[in-house]
Amino acid sequence: MSTLPEPVPETAVTAEPPAARPGSEWLHYAVRNPKLIIGAVVVAVLLAVGLVGPMLLDNGNPNEYVGPQASAPDGTYWMGTTTFGQDVYAQFVHGLRATFLVGVVGGAIAAVIAMLVGFIAGYRGGLVDEVLNMLTNVVLVIPALAVLLIINAYMGVRSVAVQGLFIGLTSWPWAARAIRAQTFSLRTREFVDLARLSGSGTWRIVFREIAPNMSSYLFMMFILLFGGSILIASSLDFIGLGPTEGVSLGLMLQSAQQWSALQLGMWWWFVPPGAGITAIVGALYVANVGLDEVFNPKLRES
Amino acid sequence: MRRYFARKLLVYALTFVVAVTVNWMIPRFMPGDPVAAMVARARVSQPEAAEAMRTYYNNLFGFDEPLWQQYLHFWGALLQGDFGISIWVFPTPVGDVLLDALPYTLALMIPSVLLSWFVGNWIGALSARRKVLDNTVLPAGYLLTAMPYMWIAVILAWALGAKAGWFPLSGGYSLDIQPGWNADFVLDALHHWVLPFLSLFLVALGGWAIGMRNMIIYELESDYSSYLAALGAPQRLIRRYAFRNAVLPQVTGLALQLGVLVAGALVTEIVFAYPGLGSLILASIQNQDFFLLQGAFLFIVIGVLIANFLIDIVYVVVDPRTRTGMAGGTS
Repeated sequence: MSTLPEPVPETAVTAEPPAARPGSEWLHYAVRNPKLIIGAVVVAVLLAVGLVGPMLLDNGNPNEYVGPQASAPDGTYWMGTTTFGQDVYAQFVHGLRATFLVGVVGGAIAAVIAMLVGFIAGYRGGLVDEVLNMLTNVVLVIPALAVLLIINAYMGVRSVAVQGLFIGLTSWPWAARAIRAQTFSLRTREFVDLARLSGSGTWRIVFREIAPNMSSYLFMMFILLFGGSILIASSLDFIGLGPTEGVSLGLMLQSAQQWSALQLGMWWWFVPPGAGITAIVGALYVANVGLDEVFNPKLRES
Repeated sequence: MRRYFARKLLVYALTFVVAVTVNWMIPRFMPGDPVAAMVARARVSQPEAAEAMRTYYNNLFGFDEPLWQQYLHFWGALLQGDFGISIWVFPTPVGDVLLDALPYTLALMIPSVLLSWFVGNWIGALSARRKVLDNTVLPAGYLLTAMPYMWIAVILAWALGAKAGWFPLSGGYSLDIQPGWNADFVLDALHHWVLPFLSLFLVALGGWAIGMRNMIIYELESDYSSYLAALGAPQRLIRRYAFRNAVLPQVTGLALQLGVLVAGALVTEIVFAYPGLGSLILASIQNQDFFLLQGAFLFIVIGVLIANFLIDIVYVVVDPRTRTGMAGGTS
């Protein structure tokens, strides 16, 4: 479940020219914001485990049968083994990697589409805006998971990257709408008028004048899209439409469910993957609140 | 107001057309030959079923016809309520299979969505007022909202079902009971319903509480609140106004969250083997029953469209701007 970003009031769009004081003020508040620090550290640690963990393992295949079947965590197998004697820890670190990948790919693609649609609709207005708005509303109403179900079911071979791509293609509408509203309010500012008078083109104005003024907002939006992408992917994996190669946290949950880990009391099989997803997404959300406080002076706790 | 509804209905009609078109296109334009693959993968034991499948596919896909004709045929069948024949429970029509499962999904979704929304708004509004409460609600809310639905379902099933033994772990009712409108069945069904309901309720609750808290704080900082305070209005009145304004985005949020909530219900059903649409979708994927899957897709889309429309009506009731034709209603 992705919570919607807090609506940023018009006044919150800090209308200072970019790089006026190279971020010194933000940095000052950032390193003193416990929410941001905690969230960022948790995400960074999990990312490091996902990147480095698989390299430190003896073999590259996390689904290999390595040891005793269904044994509880001990010194050799830190997170125990599955019914098939697979090392849960190996699956977990590989799964973290896949989870971050799906988040980055899905989040980035959704952010790019949202920015294109939002900027153009907000800046151009008129008929272009009407058409793009209609498109946004249509994609918004269609339940993303339902479309992804159909697409994934017909794909014979599925990979994490392709899964991320399709998630990105379906999860951009709310972000596009938010960007459109922001662009709309920035469009009438003096500095934009000035740029227009001096003959800058649409693209130049959007990317040199408008986008930098919402950069903090765009970054926060990307974080939410990233987290949402991870959650959608885990649902897909769990339904049995995950990547056909390798392992992901959602796939681990699926196999634990499928092989009755619950009834057998093998908690070490189904607790880590869900805890991993919750930790990543939760830390992202908390860091996001911290960022909001850093960028938005009104919210700072004095 | 008429314009507002007209625009909405246009969006919904378009959405439906797009959804049906997607449903029609994907099997045709995906790489590979879906018909051969489906007939082969279905591993139908009954020869007449395999034969029926082939003829049905050939009629359905009508490869000898031009594309536009195939498309029109698809619509024609759909408008007659014909979703095809299920392969998994051959020869039951897909529509019947889905209609049997629908009550279970609705029984899970409607109470969990509405209750989590109301309770979440209430908790969020309270926590915007008390610092102590806020410090517990906020972290708990973020934790809940970051949890994947199926995982909280698994954890609850493990703790309250397997460990404590208070609730059954799976199914919509006990196997030794015939579904029917009698006290035995209803109580048994309720017993099975508690855990799936609870998992949906808890995850959604976190999101609503956080959203409401943020909105109330934002409203309390607004000009009209300061103005009221300057006039010497009692805090309670200011809060009431803030609450009424903060509810509007929450109603819009409900519409935005529908897709996520449906997805949550589907995976939760799978965890508990609850006999709703989610379990059907799982079965259709495992058995390569594409008719059932595509029928379920359309059912979900239609359900979400209806829910959206209901939310629009509610929005018109709570937001006077939509009635006076001023700007309002962002969804």
